[in-house]
Amino acid sequence: MKVLVAVKRVVDYNVKVRAKADGSDVDLNNVKMAINPFCEIAVEEAVRLKEAGVATEVIAVSVGEKSCQEQIRTAMALGADRGIQVETDAGVEPLVVAKLLKGVVDKEQPQLVILGKQSIDGDNNQTGQMLGALANMAQGTFASEVVVDGDKVNVTREVDGGLQTVSLNLPAIVTTDLRLNEPRYASLPNIMKAKKKQLDVYSPADLGVEVTSHLTQVKVEPPAERKAGVKVADVDELIDKLKNEAKVIS
Amino acid sequence: MSDPYFEEEHNILRDQIKRFVAREIVPYGEAWEEQGYVPRELLKKMGEMGLFGLMHEEKYGGSGMDIRAATVLAEELAQSTFGGVTVTALVHTNMASPHLALAGSATQKEKYLPGIVEGSKITAVCVTEPGAGSDVAGIRTRAVLDGNEWVINGSKIFITNGVYGDIYFVAAKTDPDAKGSRGISIFIVEKGTPGFTVGRSLKKHGWKSSDTAELFFENVRIPAENLLGEVNKGFYSIMKNFQHERIVLSAMAVSEAQKAIDITVENVKNRKAFDGTLWDKGVIREKMARAQSKVSIARNFVHYVSWLDTQGGDCIKEVSMLKAYACDIANEVMYDCMQFHGGMGFMSESPIERLYRDSRVLPVGGGATEVMYEEVAKRM
Ligand SMILES: Cc1cc2nc3c(=O)[nH]c(=O)nc-3n(C[C@H](O)[C@H](O)[C@H](O)COP(=O)(O)OP(=O)(O)OC[C@H]3O[C@@H](n4cnc5c(N)ncnc54)[C@H](O)[C@@H]3O)c2cc1C
Repeated sequence: MKVLVAVKRVVDYNVKVRAKADGSDVDLNNVKMAINPFCEIAVEEAVRLKEAGVATEVIAVSVGEKSCQEQIRTAMALGADRGIQVETDAGVEPLVVAKLLKGVVDKEQPQLVILGKQSIDGDNNQTGQMLGALANMAQGTFASEVVVDGDKVNVTREVDGGLQTVSLNLPAIVTTDLRLNEPRYASLPNIMKAKKKQLDVYSPADLGVEVTSHLTQVKVEPPAERKAGVKVADVDELIDKLKNEAKVIS
Repeated sequence: MSDPYFEEEHNILRDQIKRFVAREIVPYGEAWEEQGYVPRELLKKMGEMGLFGLMHEEKYGGSGMDIRAATVLAEELAQSTFGGVTVTALVHTNMASPHLALAGSATQKEKYLPGIVEGSKITAVCVTEPGAGSDVAGIRTRAVLDGNEWVINGSKIFITNGVYGDIYFVAAKTDPDAKGSRGISIFIVEKGTPGFTVGRSLKKHGWKSSDTAELFFENVRIPAENLLGEVNKGFYSIMKNFQHERIVLSAMAVSEAQKAIDITVENVKNRKAFDGTLWDKGVIREKMARAQSKVSIARNFVHYVSWLDTQGGDCIKEVSMLKAYACDIANEVMYDCMQFHGGMGFMSESPIERLYRDSRVLPVGGGATEVMYEEVAKRM
């Protein structure tokens, strides 16, 4: 079974992002970038499937500028067998990425596609679902457990009310939640081995996809600064303030 | 963020170590400071990740990389704020085991390097003695060849990894009549060799999670083949490795200083006072901006010198400037950072208090600042 894993290059989670002075975007100048943590979990899951003898090949794919090859290499250092970069410097909005991934799915015919449930930059939480619709594949989102069983995959999902298990026919799409697994560390020898693994680069045209943006970013601004707290004398005053000042209860 | 001195694999390595530090070191560091050493399980995990084989040959399990990989390791471990953990690893990777890697025979390397790379055998380097530190030529520990064995007598002090280490690279005089540095050789001594004892685990001002020992050698007999490299040439081997040792110490110093700045800026921005925050105060802004400038410039020099070392030429002058400057400014920066933490900075529970203490040894160990500047002056 072939497994395709999508990985995204995002601002490192340790970085305190700032809005650009003109409010046009997040300031990415000289900012440390890294693999999206949810994607790292996706890679780990795919590699575990391979180690368990369920998957035969793990392919890491990323959509973006040349620099995203670093995240593909990271995925290969973690255990992916080869990599694909779809090179585009157009902004990577969910629908565009989903269409490009659909192109890769058509080419590679994986039985399972694993993606992060969202990436920590845009927090869109859309790409996996859109890919599911475009490729007409079953989807199990927010996975906390993935068990492949013959030509089915059982995905335990974290939903508001608790856990839900869905049984999907393969080929299928899984998006990962935080508790699916704890990713390993890529060892240095594996980082060096990853340098020699195959990494193919496609343009959107190679995949027959036209990249057109449907989203316009209007404004990026930092969240309001937290104000200092106040002390209340008693519960009655607290309730009064919650009702009449904060207006969070009625 | 692109840095012309590093390659893609260094960036990937950095990210992996970052995650390792956050998950495997930061939550436990304080307990290790209390107990006075780093547990072997952690060191084995680092070995599994390949961090102890960065620069060792591939046939012994290493990755055959250059000093830039060690610089990355030093910088990222230093971000943990536990200098003791950082130095435990760095002494093993870049101060002790290189003696074997650089001067050892194939047989010696086959015997010891795989365990060193795995982290199952931890190494220490034993040069300093009660009577000789900066002046290495003044050591008094003696080694005499007796038939098929060397017999070592003497003592060593301030030896990092000395209490819990397994393999010790010991400098001893083999020709007491030779002038100055000429009659020194280095020997491999294993823990448990009769006559070799760990005297005390030394209590320290900082680096509390690193074990530091006083060692005694009383008629310690080791096989002749435990001589490392050529007899009477040990001093040159020590000098050769000094450059790498100093680069990683500088990387550690600068990264700790950066961490101190980061937590201090965060702190003063949140600290409400005088109708605003401390960050509104011009004096504080200027001092922190000055600190950041020094640290950024020093960090660039760390990276440049790391790269320069890979170019094959002599870079003793640059390394000496770097070691002196980086370790000095780390201390200057720590002083201001601690100051701006107010009373909280004096409390043992704040990381700045530890960073401040830990930084104090940096201008002393691995070549004192004065000695480093003398090396620079000699080349001017
Ligand atoms: C925590 C810790 C860990 C250590 N780990 C190890 C280890 O693992 N292995 C090991 O062999 N050693 C180790 N050392 C020893 C360390 O390398 C020495 O302390 C250092 O080389 C200085 O030697 P010294 O202490 O004898 O000081 P001295 O040589 O007596 O010098 C004292 C001071 O005099 C000044 N000075 C020295 N020489 C000159 C000069 N030429 N011109 C002007 N001023 C000068 C410097 O300010 C110096 O700090 C460690 C030390 C410490 C504190």
